[in-house]
Amino acid sequence: MNRSLRPLLATALIFAIAYALAVMQFPSMFSTRVLGNFLTDNAFLGIAAVGMTFVILSGGIDLSVGAVIGFTGVLVAVLITWAGMHPVPAFAIAILVAGAFGATMGLAIHYLQVPAFIVTLAGMFLARGGASVITRDSVPINHEFYDWISDLTIRLPGGGRLSFIGLTMVAIFVIGALIAHRTKFGSYVYALGGNPVSASLMGVPVARTTVAIYTLSSVLAAISGIVFSLYTSAGYPLAAVGVELDAISAVVIGGTLLTGGYGFVLGTFIGVMLLGLVQTYIIFDGTLSSWWTKIVIGILLFLFIVLQRLIFVASAPGEKAQKA
Amino acid sequence: MIRRSLLKLANPQLLALIGVLLINWLLFPNFFRVTWQDGRFFGSLIDVLNRGAPVAILAVGMVGVIATKGVDLSVGAVMAVAGAVAATMVVAGYPAPIAVVAALVVGLLCGLWNGILVAVLDIQPIIATLVLMVAGRGIAQLITEGFIVTFNDPLLIYIGTGSFLGFPMAAVIALVLMVIVTLVVRRTAIGLFIEAVGVNRAAASLAGIRSRMLLLLVYSLSGLCAAIAGIIVAGDIRGADANNAGLWLELDAILAVVIGGTSLLGGRFSVPLAVVGALIIQAMNTGILVSGFPPEFNLIVKAGLIFIVLVIQSPLASRLAPPRIKPVAKVSAK
Repeated sequence: MNRSLRPLLATALIFAIAYALAVMQFPSMFSTRVLGNFLTDNAFLGIAAVGMTFVILSGGIDLSVGAVIGFTGVLVAVLITWAGMHPVPAFAIAILVAGAFGATMGLAIHYLQVPAFIVTLAGMFLARGGASVITRDSVPINHEFYDWISDLTIRLPGGGRLSFIGLTMVAIFVIGALIAHRTKFGSYVYALGGNPVSASLMGVPVARTTVAIYTLSSVLAAISGIVFSLYTSAGYPLAAVGVELDAISAVVIGGTLLTGGYGFVLGTFIGVMLLGLVQTYIIFDGTLSSWWTKIVIGILLFLFIVLQRLIFVASAPGEKAQKA
Repeated sequence: MIRRSLLKLANPQLLALIGVLLINWLLFPNFFRVTWQDGRFFGSLIDVLNRGAPVAILAVGMVGVIATKGVDLSVGAVMAVAGAVAATMVVAGYPAPIAVVAALVVGLLCGLWNGILVAVLDIQPIIATLVLMVAGRGIAQLITEGFIVTFNDPLLIYIGTGSFLGFPMAAVIALVLMVIVTLVVRRTAIGLFIEAVGVNRAAASLAGIRSRMLLLLVYSLSGLCAAIAGIIVAGDIRGADANNAGLWLELDAILAVVIGGTSLLGGRFSVPLAVVGALIIQAMNTGILVSGFPPEFNLIVKAGLIFIVLVIQSPLASRLAPPRIKPVAKVSAK
């Protein structure tokens, strides 16, 4: 058994146990309907979390994703509803804008040599402020293309349905996993997260990779924003506040090391599903209030961080002193 | 001697504050008018002091954390928890001083928890404090049972909205806290120790500094400051709002500290300048409000401000304009 897969297994095991316990209490949770909704309801979070996985793998952090989701939603809604544009070019414009935004953040992080969190913090203010300056209200989207997409579902036996946005998330996870584990760019990301100095000595193009990572994160956040607008049929400047925290939590729970250089895109998928499970359970229970979600996510986050710490200390005792 | 201390006052932060205030004055001619009414001062300038106080208090705590190369993302959530504790205890019939002390102790414990994660378990500060940032608001809601707990306790309201010698109580608390913390870090060796841990924790430990103890101390102080700010905010609105109290204030506090010239890479900090940074943020805030721009505009201005500060602090800038004091030689990546 490959020991580097252990955290991933731990996450998968915890998800399986938690799901089994939930099903024992509420047998109706074991249905294609609930599973289908898992994918649909968490699609935007999952897509953003793929981008966050790359950022965290490279040893950085991106606090701007929630704001980029909000900004994209507003931009798309304004282009469609106010400017009368077809959704597809509107999506393309939104993705281009977000890509340029992410590239700028990457450039600032690399060339100004400042911590990623402060640059992406500025990005968060900028995107959230920009969205609020465009409009302060929720802009509804009524377009036949949106109706067409929401009708695109695959029916499953048992009354469940796989929606277009749920399948989009799954596809992005698959593509993300292929990029991370099968391409040169993916190995650059891991190398950078492991140790930027030795990565640069080995010939990893640090500047190009950093810019690409943050561009990718913002582009995925934009896709997530589009998915969110499909999900809610509206654009709202304060949408998806705090999603960056959920995405970071999903990545950490999914077993990616916060110091970078180690982790799996698939783990993030399980992390997102685990967060979804917590929410679904609380909805099923009915007596627990929604704030329990936050507390449980906090506890999970804490447990996984400590778990990582223990595995990390046990597997590489010499490395710890250098990292700290 | 006097000339030297006057020269010291002419630093970029104070000049920036004066600049922002002058711009406000141009946009709003009555900006500097301060009137005396009902035993207290009134005016836009006083408003800046009053509204800037919570962020200034958070910044006082945040300075120490950032100086050790850390960051405390949980202060906004700790504010909500402390406010919730104070409000629910007062409503449950406890005397106000006990409620205040309890809220402060809870804040201190929250800070200590962060400190243990960072110092003992060696977790990255940004992630360690993220745990409480996510869970804290849930805990606050658990305490208030999901309601906005309102109260009429005179002491809590006095802390939030009262005045002392005509000045707003919140500003007075911030000033006192700033003076105490500045004296403690600059008149003892603690400040030097904090800088040493920020530059290189391993080296500081080898040199005999109890870095673990020190980290526990700075995170506890940050939690305590957050609790004070939380009580002020709760007193100000006469209620504890678990969802919105202190929302995103951690970011303002970090921004204030960075504007104040504290290096994010650790090892260089200033408590009074962080407070000046908080006042700059609030002065811009007030300026945008009085000049009739939408409040959302503020976020964009803040983003621009962070960018300017980062460019000034970056190694790129020091290469273009070499500083008089040579920075510590850094191992180049290439």
